[in-house]
Amino acid sequence: MSRLQQQLATGVFVVTAEVAPPKGSDPAAALARARLLAGVTAINVTDNQGANLRMSPLALAALLLREGHEPILQLTCRDRNRMALQSDLLGAGALGIANLLLLSGDHPRFGDHPGAKAVFDLDAVQLLQAASGLMEGHDMAGKPLTGTPCFFAGAAVTPEAEPFELMFQKYAKKVQVGARFFQTQAVFDTGKLETFMAAARPLKRPVLLGVLLLKSARMARFLNANIPGVRVPEVLIGRLERAADPLAEGVLIARELVAAARSLCQGVHLMTLGEEQRIPEILAP
Amino acid sequence: MIVSAQKSREELLAALDGLNRLFLVGCAACATACKAGGEEEVFAMQEWLQEIGREITGSVIIDEACHILRASRDLRQRRSQVEGAEALLVLACGAGVQSISAQNDQLVIGALNSLFLGNVRRIGRYEEKCSLCGDCLLNETAGICPVTTCAKGLLNGPCGGMEDGRCEADRELDCAWHLIYERLKRQGRPGVFARPVPPKNWGKVPRPGRHTLKP
Repeated sequence: MSRLQQQLATGVFVVTAEVAPPKGSDPAAALARARLLAGVTAINVTDNQGANLRMSPLALAALLLREGHEPILQLTCRDRNRMALQSDLLGAGALGIANLLLLSGDHPRFGDHPGAKAVFDLDAVQLLQAASGLMEGHDMAGKPLTGTPCFFAGAAVTPEAEPFELMFQKYAKKVQVGARFFQTQAVFDTGKLETFMAAARPLKRPVLLGVLLLKSARMARFLNANIPGVRVPEVLIGRLERAADPLAEGVLIARELVAAARSLCQGVHLMTLGEEQRIPEILAP
Repeated sequence: MIVSAQKSREELLAALDGLNRLFLVGCAACATACKAGGEEEVFAMQEWLQEIGREITGSVIIDEACHILRASRDLRQRRSQVEGAEALLVLACGAGVQSISAQNDQLVIGALNSLFLGNVRRIGRYEEKCSLCGDCLLNETAGICPVTTCAKGLLNGPCGGMEDGRCEADRELDCAWHLIYERLKRQGRPGVFARPVPPKNWGKVPRPGRHTLKP
């Protein structure tokens, strides 16, 4: 059983963070960043995030594991068909990678290879089912496996998405097909978070609140314009604008969101984007 | 119909480099309807080619360029014009071009890019609704195809990029799943939301597709 799974089972407030694989074959900087995250329960390894080409997350997750970290392997449906996805999952099993975050993936249109063919042979619901099948000892074609992986598979949710009921039916489907935990897209509106958690709680899956460190008003506006599913409210942008030290204000905002998570969720997923040294402040009670 | 658009003049010039005598082929079906390769467009193409010094040996608008035998018949009727050309410039979709290139080994240049199977919103505006996947889900999705109109072709609901019912890949567009959800709700049916939809069977139509009616 992974540490993430154990801690979520015991009800400890869990902290995860993330490392992006490098653009290139040198993992040194990514591993150095992971060392700054030594205190967290597990580290997400993003999969060509934003549809920008990076090193394989499977490779970086394996390197993290070798250095004693616990990875959460993110795997998207954007770039691989069902055979490649299952193949990577079996590889993850062989390498001892247990935690998965199974995603649809951002559309390639906005990445650095906009001419790439968007695969989406499976969607996230179907990928969760495929992972469950592998754990039961068979592939999607029903063929038996020699050696079955043991995964703790999670999925993503965007609690602020509208219409709420449409977003929520997909959440319920993910629960139904075997998502064991959820990490949310970055949330800034705690009112919407409360609504979501009230609906999600009866489905009994731990939810880690996505907390994104805002570094400036400019960054917040960029997120609103360019990152699907992220909505920074004007009131927060105003606070960043007025602050003498916007990053410190961003840390304060993140801390408030962590406080909301402490009362509503089972943990947080921190996205600190190069400011990993501020994590202790963000987590300070 | 098959929606197509003319290649840029630069691209055509490159494809026609060194070719002086051309025979033009248009299509009276889809390429006419989307104003890419009908009579008007073939005429305009002829004028442009003559302006830049090309000789046009003749032209024909085939009823349906995708009809291999009909294409063959129409070209035969203009045999001397066709044979007098160094190449045939075809203003039809990729299927039409291949009806022509199937005739013999004469050089065939396609003048269009085939875009998609499209519905006509109005003349000059076409929308893709069906991607000919061979495994139709419309009866469960309130008559709205997510395979085609969801930018990611997802089968189990919207992705995390939906914002206020709009598509992540194009904020001008409604999220297909939002439209499906709203219509199913108005119809009082759970439809596709009643079950996790299994992955599509892309093997149902082996590519290249072939279909033969049983006698």
